[in-house]
Amino acid sequence: VCTSRFWFNYRHVANTLSVYRSVKRLGIPDSHIVLMLADDMACNPRNPKPATVFSHKNMELNVYGDDVEVDYRSYEVTVENFLRVLTGRIPPSTPRSKRLLSDDRSNILIYMTGHGGNGFLKFQDSEEITNVELADAFEQMWQKRRYNELLFIIDTCQGASMYERFYSPNIMALASSQVGEDSLSHQPDLGIGVHLMDRYTFYVLEFLEEIHPASQTNMNDLFQVCPKSLCVSTPGHRTDLFQRDPQNVLITDFFGSVRKVEITAETLSLDQDVPGLESKFPEEELATEPLKYAEQLPVAQIIHQKPKQKDWHPPGGFILGLWALIIMVFFKTYGIKHMKHVF
Amino acid sequence: GGMAAAALLLLLLAAAGPGPGRADAGRERRDALREELLLSPLPTGDVAATFQFRTRWDADLQRGAVSHYRLFPKALGRLVAALGVRELHLALTQGFWRTRYWGQPPLQAPAGAELWVWFQPTVTDVDKAWKELSNILSGIFCASLNFIDSTNTVIPTASFKPLGLANGTDHHLLRYAVLPREVVCTENLTPWKKLLPCGSKAGLAVLLKAERLFHSSYHSQAVHIRPICRDASCLAVSWELRQTLTVVFDFFSSGQGKKDWSLFKMFSRTLTDTCPLASQSKVYVDISPKNKEKELLEVSPPPTSVHEAIVQGDRRTYAVYDLLSPSLFNTSRSLNVQLKWKRPQDSSEMPIPTLHAQRYVGGYGLQTGEICTLIYNTHPYRAFPVILLETVPWYLRLYVHTLTIITKGKENKPSYIHYQPAQDRSRPHLLEMLIQLPANSVTKITIQFERALLKWTEYPPDPNHGFYVGSSVLSALVPSVTAMKDMDVEQSPLFTSLFPSSDGSSYFVRLYTEPLLVNLPTPDFSMPYNVICLTCTVVAVCYGSFYNLLTRTFHVEEPSRGGLAKRLANVIRKFRGVPPL
Repeated sequence: VCTSRFWFNYRHVANTLSVYRSVKRLGIPDSHIVLMLADDMACNPRNPKPATVFSHKNMELNVYGDDVEVDYRSYEVTVENFLRVLTGRIPPSTPRSKRLLSDDRSNILIYMTGHGGNGFLKFQDSEEITNVELADAFEQMWQKRRYNELLFIIDTCQGASMYERFYSPNIMALASSQVGEDSLSHQPDLGIGVHLMDRYTFYVLEFLEEIHPASQTNMNDLFQVCPKSLCVSTPGHRTDLFQRDPQNVLITDFFGSVRKVEITAETLSLDQDVPGLESKFPEEELATEPLKYAEQLPVAQIIHQKPKQKDWHPPGGFILGLWALIIMVFFKTYGIKHMKHVF
Repeated sequence: GGMAAAALLLLLLAAAGPGPGRADAGRERRDALREELLLSPLPTGDVAATFQFRTRWDADLQRGAVSHYRLFPKALGRLVAALGVRELHLALTQGFWRTRYWGQPPLQAPAGAELWVWFQPTVTDVDKAWKELSNILSGIFCASLNFIDSTNTVIPTASFKPLGLANGTDHHLLRYAVLPREVVCTENLTPWKKLLPCGSKAGLAVLLKAERLFHSSYHSQAVHIRPICRDASCLAVSWELRQTLTVVFDFFSSGQGKKDWSLFKMFSRTLTDTCPLASQSKVYVDISPKNKEKELLEVSPPPTSVHEAIVQGDRRTYAVYDLLSPSLFNTSRSLNVQLKWKRPQDSSEMPIPTLHAQRYVGGYGLQTGEICTLIYNTHPYRAFPVILLETVPWYLRLYVHTLTIITKGKENKPSYIHYQPAQDRSRPHLLEMLIQLPANSVTKITIQFERALLKWTEYPPDPNHGFYVGSSVLSALVPSVTAMKDMDVEQSPLFTSLFPSSDGSSYFVRLYTEPLLVNLPTPDFSMPYNVICLTCTVVAVCYGSFYNLLTRTFHVEEPSRGGLAKRLANVIRKFRGVPPL
């Protein structure tokens, strides 16, 4: 989730896209990823290289790529939509790509970035989500059995305050800075004119670039990713709610999706013909006279179009009351003796 | 073992060869893909590339349970069948087509997202189906089409007649919505490419690389689904999915290069092979001579054929490269069409299109304003009618009594006018007029509006950017320069056959004007916090002081006995006879 709008928050979009890219590279398909970007940087008119979002200066790595699917974009990234996605309480007509279709065997990775403070994260410069709301949302997810294990990574200023209030089991959290510290950005690019990435996510990206779907790296390595010398802020983590030992938790449990494939040596023979498959089409009825296209600008028909008959509605309360008042005032002024002239 | 695997392979090969020539019981529904790329140099030195991919399926999606989808994408087929859609047109556009300088567009779309749909007469609740449709499409195309609701949907009464087969045009089945704020980027292109039968791996779609397509001054991608005649007798219905993508590269006018261009320069790719599922795959280059002079363009490599057609009422010449002809890839594995200008073009030769329009906001301040539309008819002696459709959001309150239409200094009364006023927060304004444009004239339409103050929760997160007013739509039958004969729809190139034309003396064109950006009076959003602090301080100081004055009573207080040390000291002083502390 990237929660920041405006061109100078380019680095938050680059953060999110680099995690998205790593996660896709390690095997999670788009149907299992909900990507929320609060603003469009790639096709922003201020972007000198359209359709690209770079993470390294000198434009080495385009994290936007050619095959990106953003599920929630621009004004759709709100606190309400985010909480609805997490808890599953979305309107029935929401398409599948915008839903978090997880069950109690799913491991979920949540990555959030943006501007934050002590106990809150700012969404699009107009609203905030507090750590209490987030903890309650995770508890709802736990009660509805929407996750097996959850890894929460946040890269904002004072990020550790966001995971202080979690109380549901099986949650592991990482943050880029402690309470009272700011997360800093990594490097500006003079061609684009803004800072490209935040430090913590930059080093996380470098760490993830070395992971492949079969690697055995565990969470303890992820905790060591950005020491104070590189990151300037102190990354923090929280594992007390997690039941397994972080030593035994693989990175690919959350960042990748490894499918078990069994290769069998048996052969299967198909029937020579497949009867009855093609005969399911109903016999088509042909029209008796030729169909035709509509005339695009039938001037005569339009000019003589009858206006739509408006349905007659009885006058509403306001109109009736107004007329009653007028009649009362009239008879009060001129006296009741005029009544017989009316009827 | 090996025998079974060989038998399996043979069976798969036998089953995988469909082709139109297969003689079966006639139950197989044929589908065909035709793809086409049209490259036209524009008068200002830019070059426009229009891709059209047409998948046509000889099955009736509405009747019968169709379960086997081959070339027609399943997502769209099921959508059409489930929601009772008769026609669907969705366009996502970034940029604006400058008709005045570039000429009439083959197919124009307004900036942002535009969706208009005709439903089948069997649909009972059209609004519900419309809402579901926009939500499903927003998931398929990764666009925020779920923001389409009653505040930006209108029901046009005279424009947007169906483009496919229709046996009745009850306008209650039509819905039109435009989202001018919608951004188009790679995430919209990716699912659009995935709808193509060959994806972006073979055929003309290999040229669609996002980094080059979005580095342009106009990019429009559209999806059109409609029922068409299956053959000349038109007794049966086929469904057509047409995907078009128009992009205008502006190397020359932005000063980045010479006017010569090539496929590699535009797309950073060349064509290497054809899509095996396509029955036709062609590249057309517009080499029409201007002002009936000798050609000033030279294309290389030499085209497979030269085709003359009457497009938009004018005779045009096209150099055709047929990718399916075996001779094309004989010499080299890749096809890189290049175009060179033989002599420099004078700027005075720029032809002016017969119909073009312009729209802008007039006035000053944040309270009132005026929308002015200028429509130009540059034909020397023919007049023709045009329908203008304007959709204005409810927060710009239009005053219809100030609507004036002036042509050549005189008032021009429209032959048909339909106005539906807005309802706050539920319906936008709809203004539709049929205006006769006299020959060689400028028509100015002005209407004044007042800006409303929104509730503070209704402002978007960046309200100082402004609010967009969608483009207005002009539909016109423009007289042709050369009469068009009835052409066989199947044989003509794709870019001539989207708008069905009834007679050849005029052609139908749909133009869009610029979207407008207006500022609404925007409050300072930090003020509630400031006001609360200030008010609470003032209340605390004033009320608190009065409360204290009225209710505070003073008591005499015994001096405290003091701590232990003081008491001991007092005891000692009492013994000494000295007054206590």
